[in-house]
Amino acid sequence: MTAFDPSEVTIMIVDDEQSVRESLEAWFEDDGYTMVTAENAAEALKQMQEHQIDIILLDIKMPGMDGLALQDRIREFNQEVIIIIITAFATVDTAVRALKAGAFDYTTKPVDPDELSLLVRNAVERIRLQRENVALRESIDHLQFVDNIVGESPQMQKVFELVKTVAPTDSTVLILGESGTGKELIARAVHMNSKRKYFPIIPVNCGAIPESLLESELFGHEKGAFTGAQYRRKGKFEMARGGTLFLDEIGTLGLKSQVDLLRVLEDREFHRVGGERPVKADFRLICATNLNLEDAVKKGLFREDLYYRINVFTITLPPLRERTADIPLLAKHFLHQHATSMNKHVDEITEEAMNMLLSYEWPGNVRELENAIERAVVINRSGKISPDDLPLQMSGTPVTSGKNLSLADVERRHIQSMLEENNWNISRTADLLNIDRVTLYNKIEKYGLKRPE
Amino acid sequence: MTEIRLIPLGAHPRDIALDTLCARLERVIPVRLQLQHIPIDIDFALDPSRKQYHSTEILAALLEQNSTTAQKLLGITPYDLFVPVLTFVFGQAQLNNRAGVFSTFRLHNEFYGLPPARDILADRCFKEALHELGHTFGLRHCTGLPCVMNSSTYVEDIDLKPADFCLHCHEHLHSVC
Repeated sequence: MTAFDPSEVTIMIVDDEQSVRESLEAWFEDDGYTMVTAENAAEALKQMQEHQIDIILLDIKMPGMDGLALQDRIREFNQEVIIIIITAFATVDTAVRALKAGAFDYTTKPVDPDELSLLVRNAVERIRLQRENVALRESIDHLQFVDNIVGESPQMQKVFELVKTVAPTDSTVLILGESGTGKELIARAVHMNSKRKYFPIIPVNCGAIPESLLESELFGHEKGAFTGAQYRRKGKFEMARGGTLFLDEIGTLGLKSQVDLLRVLEDREFHRVGGERPVKADFRLICATNLNLEDAVKKGLFREDLYYRINVFTITLPPLRERTADIPLLAKHFLHQHATSMNKHVDEITEEAMNMLLSYEWPGNVRELENAIERAVVINRSGKISPDDLPLQMSGTPVTSGKNLSLADVERRHIQSMLEENNWNISRTADLLNIDRVTLYNKIEKYGLKRPE
Repeated sequence: MTEIRLIPLGAHPRDIALDTLCARLERVIPVRLQLQHIPIDIDFALDPSRKQYHSTEILAALLEQNSTTAQKLLGITPYDLFVPVLTFVFGQAQLNNRAGVFSTFRLHNEFYGLPPARDILADRCFKEALHELGHTFGLRHCTGLPCVMNSSTYVEDIDLKPADFCLHCHEHLHSVC
């Protein structure tokens, strides 16, 4: 977090004296903090249900539940909020009790303005560090995600080139690919290589959120905007401020949501549901889908104007069956990852098991491969992944044959697979297939095989 | 143009030329100053145990003043001000509202055991007046650049900050004045 906006810090004053509440409220409002007040413990607890409180200035002596008891109560459900005790009746005993029970600091009324400023500055600094810590942890997670992209096949090298090209620009990116090909990883890679990398990437799975909830999920809402809107809530557009919004499964977005999204992209601002003040939209948009959006446009299921808005720069992820050269690499990567996380000594895949992995169609793509390896690591006892450790349905699709495949099909698939494994090096592939180069060229022409661009 | 009435509270502050203060304020912000010559009584706001005047009560009383059509009221008093909870305040104003007040009590060098210095006192008064008026025009404490709207809890803070608004606060002020 670079610049710190005081309005993002909410301070609650808990004191039974109205004049104290009012003067502290005015004092901190001048500094730009968001203020909440409560005249007793019950109201303070209620306010904590309704607001995200960061700092509490708490009076000890109050009718009903006193400040120390309230602090204990708050600590039962909230360890993060910073509590500063302010009391007119200071004793060493109460100070020690308050600090032992988790108060951040303790001071007596009346307090010097500079002391109060310092107390709150220290508290705000701690909040800033806490938030920075969370942001850094998330960044590390993202970096790990990026590290997870594995691929040496020409198709994946091309994808990496595209990511490098588009990432530093602020262009909208559309990622196409079958389910499980790693669209979200590519979105994160684009984000992590962009100038927005120190701000969050907010993923939204459009297909997972009912249309009726999507509006408030994306736009956020004001308190009381609709039944059940008990608190003001930031939407994904706002949470992605400065960073990247990743709309996964954009093809499933309903027509109304499409109109709403288009308006935000065109106006670069939006209103929270029930809100009057426009909020600036400052995010880079990355969309992904496994559907054919052009078809969806033709069928009237996807707006043409929105399609052109998001289809600025397209990255197409190849299915795993088209980049079999990456399977051994991916399998070893997942093996290492899962063996480490499960603390198991499994570090090899037998040749038979690898052949089985290479021959499988992988309709679920990389995700399915990862699941297969994870499962294999779980059940393995020998330290080497063997065919027995792999899911049963895989054993039904041996290397270059299939139950319903013709001989020509098997030949075509084998040649294609060998060409890909050898980066379309004709001489080497012909050698391995034990045929001459002319024959290989004839077969390539016969089966209409094409080198990926 | 916004009219502001400068009102002495309790007594005339000593060693300060209020007409000069008005002229300096007019040079920095696009407002017209009226100077009230007769101080108004603020005994009602005295807390005898603290020997200080409650600034929030003074602000409330200023708002009840109907003797002027000025849009903003700025009180100046030689007496020490406080709000409950705090040991003292240099001044107080209603954010984006009509009234502000400040005290010269802790602006005198003598308060800190130093020899009197009228120029320093005049500068401190000028900065406090600009600061409280800034609040009445909706400005909060400025945390970015050097600016008269920087928060001050020590008199040294007042001396260190400039007697002008930063570009951002300046723009806001000129858009609402």
